[in-house]
Amino acid sequence: MSEKGIEVIRTTTWSAGPGCHGGCGVLAYVKDGRLVKIEGDPEHPWNQGRLCSRCLAITQYLYHPDRLRHPLKRVGKRGEGKWQRISWHEAFDLIEKKMKGIREVYGAESMIFLQGTGRDIGGWISMLAYAYGSPNWVFGLSGLACYTPRLMVMWITQGDHCVADASQWLPQRYDDPDYQIPRCIMVWGQSLPASCPDGFFGHWIVDLMKRGSELVVIDPRCTWLASRAKIWLQIRPGTDAALALCFLNIIINEGLYDEEFVKKWTNAPFLVRVDDSKKKLLRESDLRGNGGQDNFVVWDMTTNQPRIWRSALAEYASPDVNPTCEGTYKITLANGEVARCKTVWTALKESVSEYSPEKVAEITWARPEKIVEAARFYAKSRPASLHWGLPIDTIPSTTPTAQAIAHLWCLTGNLDVPGGNVIARYPLDVVTYPFHSGAGMLSLPPEVHEKRIGTWKYGPLKDFRAWAHPDTVLEQIFTEDPYPIKGMWIQTANPIACTGLEPRKWDEALKKLDFVAVIDLFMTPTAMLADVVLPAATFLEKNSLKAWWVPLQAINKVLTVRECKTDIEINFELAKRFNPEFPWKSIEEMYDHILKPSGMTYKELGKKGWVLPPKGHPTAPYRRYEKGLLRPDKKPGFLTPSGKIELYSSWLEHWKLEPLPYYEEPPFSPISTPDLYKEYPLIMTTGRRSSAYFHSEHRMIPWLREIEPDPIIEIHPETAEQLGIKDGDLVWVENWLGKCRRKARVTPVVHPEIVMVTHGWWLPEKPGPEPSLFGVWEVNVNQLIPMGHTGKSGYGCPLKSILCKVYKTGGE
Amino acid sequence: MNDYALLVDYEYCTGCHACEVACKQEHRIPAKKPGGIKIIELIEELPGRKLDITYFPLLTRFCLFCAPRVKRGLLPACVKHCMAQCLKFGRAEELAKKTPRKRRAVLWAR
Ligand code: SF4
Ligand code: SF4
Ligand code: SF4
Repeated sequence: MSEKGIEVIRTTTWSAGPGCHGGCGVLAYVKDGRLVKIEGDPEHPWNQGRLCSRCLAITQYLYHPDRLRHPLKRVGKRGEGKWQRISWHEAFDLIEKKMKGIREVYGAESMIFLQGTGRDIGGWISMLAYAYGSPNWVFGLSGLACYTPRLMVMWITQGDHCVADASQWLPQRYDDPDYQIPRCIMVWGQSLPASCPDGFFGHWIVDLMKRGSELVVIDPRCTWLASRAKIWLQIRPGTDAALALCFLNIIINEGLYDEEFVKKWTNAPFLVRVDDSKKKLLRESDLRGNGGQDNFVVWDMTTNQPRIWRSALAEYASPDVNPTCEGTYKITLANGEVARCKTVWTALKESVSEYSPEKVAEITWARPEKIVEAARFYAKSRPASLHWGLPIDTIPSTTPTAQAIAHLWCLTGNLDVPGGNVIARYPLDVVTYPFHSGAGMLSLPPEVHEKRIGTWKYGPLKDFRAWAHPDTVLEQIFTEDPYPIKGMWIQTANPIACTGLEPRKWDEALKKLDFVAVIDLFMTPTAMLADVVLPAATFLEKNSLKAWWVPLQAINKVLTVRECKTDIEINFELAKRFNPEFPWKSIEEMYDHILKPSGMTYKELGKKGWVLPPKGHPTAPYRRYEKGLLRPDKKPGFLTPSGKIELYSSWLEHWKLEPLPYYEEPPFSPISTPDLYKEYPLIMTTGRRSSAYFHSEHRMIPWLREIEPDPIIEIHPETAEQLGIKDGDLVWVENWLGKCRRKARVTPVVHPEIVMVTHGWWLPEKPGPEPSLFGVWEVNVNQLIPMGHTGKSGYGCPLKSILCKVYKTGGE
Repeated sequence: MNDYALLVDYEYCTGCHACEVACKQEHRIPAKKPGGIKIIELIEELPGRKLDITYFPLLTRFCLFCAPRVKRGLLPACVKHCMAQCLKFGRAEELAKKTPRKRRAVLWAR
């Protein structure tokens, strides 16, 4: 196309548009205020000119005839699809009046603020919730099963988050002298090239494969990556913890761990009381009355005496302590009692030793010799990197599973080393998406946070991040106990089609509320149930910034589409209306405030486009624990309660959860529920990634829909033959909770005993008004998956392992 | 354009379809109309339940080798955006020399 009259504007992808967690540098070609084309920015270190199908289809997204272009007010019954166009002024007035009414009568906590996956929304919707005064900011997927569980485990174990190192922190990327290509990359449950998860551009994995990295792939499906792997372990969904524990067993008992690192940087030498019923980390306060509750005890080999580790100072209380990692010791306590204690290392070793390759092969269905080979290859490769996916969150046993996996990089010394798992912090400490309570733009007083739903049930929920508990929220809408819920603000989330399990319950819950507002880009099945619908903008229509994980980037506004507003504009306007003391006058002033730690203003960042933290900065790699860059007191060590990597977690102990990792059978499985299994003899898993779609988005985009036209079920040829199903047949997928209709794709990529049913489906081409709701009740697989089956930590849900039967339609 | 060629190292093609959409965007080809490139999927069963999954980017008879872009000194849209960077464009002779000596690589010349 001709370049005449075309302006090229640089910006960054994040959220609506490609729908993703973003990070690509793009060049937007604009003529007369209209986007004519988008291209990848070849100068951007993240994508180096590349771009995915979802982003390349953005012209069809921006100007789609079905896109919401102005605010709508419901005039018929909920779900009837009768709308009246209103102005923004009217919309804001209406919302203000309704929500202030709820606040006055029932209290601010009666209003729920619900979002979908975390993108350029989380920071702003939480700001709105707090300006309004409600602590009930929530992500709608059961058990917060999207990254929060893994983030929590990394935070309690090593004090910081980490990701696979693909040189994303370095200006010269793979050629940077500070970088090393991982010799082994373990990809645990993710089809990386189909998505850009957790701040990671999926195709970096291909860049690394070309540069010599070899793969271990753990996946129940044979993905493209699995087919290219040195070792592929095809495991039964939800048994990941057993496999990780077996890896730990092999690595520990064959001496393949980094001994020096374990002794120096982890709490392996700490003593744990193992007398019956008193299993607990030994504290200084156990040894002497005035001793510190937070100080721990080791056995010193030089003096053959217990010695104290002072957590706050991250050092031993006496000089030249040479702690042992192994053994059982008798320690006399302050009260005269003699306590039997083991080192953390001995306790860990004993507990993982139960997981032999043979036993774990039986649990996971992987072959024992392959398990051993994979463990050895990972542990012997230096550096080795581990990339884990959402399936670690979407199982009820997520906490012990994530913990067992995180121990792998800790034990092998692959944490924060080049080509290992690099500690991931917000670049230059700029936080656009608050991961911790109170780290956002506004905060709430503690007595308000106490009302955050679910905190009274789950310790991690209370102490980590600031989410309410989705399963408990849904329950509380019906029980009104301990207080009623009257309204929901739903921003770029689609619980009826995507995040909500048992979506009929969500439908019923929304209808019970006095007020529902939905902010989205298209009319969705969820938006159909709202009282007010506001049209949101794509990333091309906004000024914003992105800071997870790297680089720190500006999102520069390229154009405007009709009356659509950005999430921040909507949230900002209402936050001011709800809180007369709201501290900022303009959005830019607020961005300047957020950017303060970087020393830049928003204008300056906009000019630069993207910035990487310089070498030596606490948010730049490597080996920060040695240099005292992780802790505010500049002492070497980690930001955990003890300053060490906590293989035996004091946080889990505090929450009365098992402090060491263990395996738990999925709640619905051939083993847990043999009676159900008789009737529903296939293991159903969901959520495999698609290059065409981001979760429930993009089904209306013609260039993308032609890539994956139908809601499908993947079924193995042998199984299909037994059931008389042929490729392309329409089938019912059914269990005790419900059913959905799918097109059969007969393919050997799945295991004969497992079916994969794709998620997030609704059919924008079908009628919106009830009972159809865009065909969502025909195709939504979540109708077969229950709410309320989170793990003991409150996290996780059975998305990856449930039971079902499959039969051809027409025969019922 | 006769001496140009497109090198496909399809060992690394992930089947992500970015090239297809890049081509359609560039040449304004609507959905359901054939574009210049199409990904073919081949799944073969190997012993031990392992599979060989190969994606092959096939240039169709509608591919123009992005003549208008190339004239302006730009790379073809599919090559520029290929997520696995497994497509290369250049003079046929030079690319012939650069073609890796392996099975999963082909050179499209016209
Ligand atoms: S999904 Fe990945 S490739 Fe596509 S725009 Fe987002 S970050 Fe870029
Ligand atoms: S070279 Fe151009 S015309 Fe040919 S397939 Fe690629 S993008 Fe399409
Ligand atoms: S963009 Fe590249 S990797 Fe993706 S399908 Fe096309 S040729 Fe393959």
